[in-house]
Amino acid sequence: MRNTQVIQVEGLTKKFGDFVAVDHISFEVEKGEIFGFLGANGAGKTTAMRMLTGLSKPSSGKGKVAGFDVLKESERIKERIGYMSQKFSLYEDLTVKENIRFYGGIYGLSKNQIRTKTSQILEELQLSEVGAKPVRSLPLGWKQRLAFAVSMVHEPEIVFLDEPTGGVDPNVRRQFWEAIYQASELGRTIFVTTHYMDEAEYCDRISIMVSGMIKALDSPDNLKKQF
Amino acid sequence: MKAISIQNISKSYKDTKALDCVSLEVGRGQLFGLIGPDGAGKSTLFRILTTLLLADEGEAFVDGLHIEKDYREIRKRVGYMPGRFSLYQDLSVEENLSFFATIFGTTIDENYDLIKDIYVQIEPFKKRLAGKLSGGMKQKLALSCALIHKPSVLFLDEPTTGVDAVSRKEFWDMLKSLKEKNIAILVSTPYMDEATLCDKIALIQEGKILKIDEPEAMMAQFERPLFAVKTNSTYQLLNHLRLQSFTHSVLPFGECLHLVTTETLSPESIQEQLRLQGFIDVVVSKIRAGIEDVFLDLSHKAGNHA
Repeated sequence: MRNTQVIQVEGLTKKFGDFVAVDHISFEVEKGEIFGFLGANGAGKTTAMRMLTGLSKPSSGKGKVAGFDVLKESERIKERIGYMSQKFSLYEDLTVKENIRFYGGIYGLSKNQIRTKTSQILEELQLSEVGAKPVRSLPLGWKQRLAFAVSMVHEPEIVFLDEPTGGVDPNVRRQFWEAIYQASELGRTIFVTTHYMDEAEYCDRISIMVSGMIKALDSPDNLKKQF
Repeated sequence: MKAISIQNISKSYKDTKALDCVSLEVGRGQLFGLIGPDGAGKSTLFRILTTLLLADEGEAFVDGLHIEKDYREIRKRVGYMPGRFSLYQDLSVEENLSFFATIFGTTIDENYDLIKDIYVQIEPFKKRLAGKLSGGMKQKLALSCALIHKPSVLFLDEPTTGVDAVSRKEFWDMLKSLKEKNIAILVSTPYMDEATLCDKIALIQEGKILKIDEPEAMMAQFERPLFAVKTNSTYQLLNHLRLQSFTHSVLPFGECLHLVTTETLSPESIQEQLRLQGFIDVVVSKIRAGIEDVFLDLSHKAGNHA
């Protein structure tokens, strides 16, 4: 196994009673790759992602995420990954700065690190002027980029984005993908789940999940050629 | 007489201007699309036209009737499918439909012809509770309920949002067949790719109409040269292109970048230049603008700060 692969899973399976939610999935994701995880609602995406993020124990199979074993080292995995979802990411009634401080604290950053990180994020996202404003008052696009920055406050190797772009504002969507490209350029691996096909085209490679199994895995271009 | 005629409608919620001087017209039997992202003001306009909300300024007529003076008559003549699923979850499919028929003083049998094509698809499940239906089936039931009193104007607020790709396509096919029955349809969607399925569209953003035209005409009128640029170093090329003097705008578009230039250039010359600058795998091709390109261009001109 090459060490440039930050996710490696083999035969990963999750059963709930008789129901096989995830059925022997195997794949690798390279460092710095933007990997799209596609599937309709109920295809098993969320269950698969919960196993990769250390929130759910696989019924069988094996895998490593950020160098740690998904069966035995789930707590270490949680420290090395970031997570952002459309439904839950920032506290709307906390200010921009408070959100950064909160997540910095959760991930065990020192006061000094949090201070440095806060000014870095505010500067990069040009949010200095609204640092003391509640997140609720920000436009959607700013919120989304802030949530993304906050999910990387502890410099994780991989960021999991769970259905990140619910709204389909063409401007907001592009700003967000530019932020994703930038993170990937810096060597961070991005794992994105989505059920929008056109969204998936922004990824380097995509896998398509149907009833718990990975039915296709390739670059968007090659997948289009196959059909 | 137009099916819908809107003149300078404005509406604010406290400090937020939800609609800013909106005017548009929908003809009889026309499928008119209101295309814009969340927060553009689409639902507010629907509520005003269905007489559920009063505008601050402006006037509008639906089926020739004034939205304030004739609100009672309008309510009898329009069908409205709101953005959120608004049927009775604890009634069955059939009970929902007969409920809506009854309050409009008609019966399922009387107007069955109109809903037949849609309703037959969910009729096998007519005893099932509406709350237990899949997304696509809920959408078909909601449309049937909005049609059961044979409205002359149909308002569909984001009927395909959150619905899977197959059901979305089926839904648009159903709208086409309704149009042929001479029902005017105003439909809103955040999906730019659905714009081309309409006879005419209005692009809307932050309460303002950016443009109204037929989708084909709108795409054909895109003024500047547009190119699809493809490389494996997308982010580097994006930043590089932003510094070039010929660049008007460049944005990620799925697997490519869409480059709009200020001057007429051949794709070959751009490609050659970029290859010399180190992007050896780059492929540049001239493309036709889509609705999304048009929207981004107009919203850029309007000074979007999303």
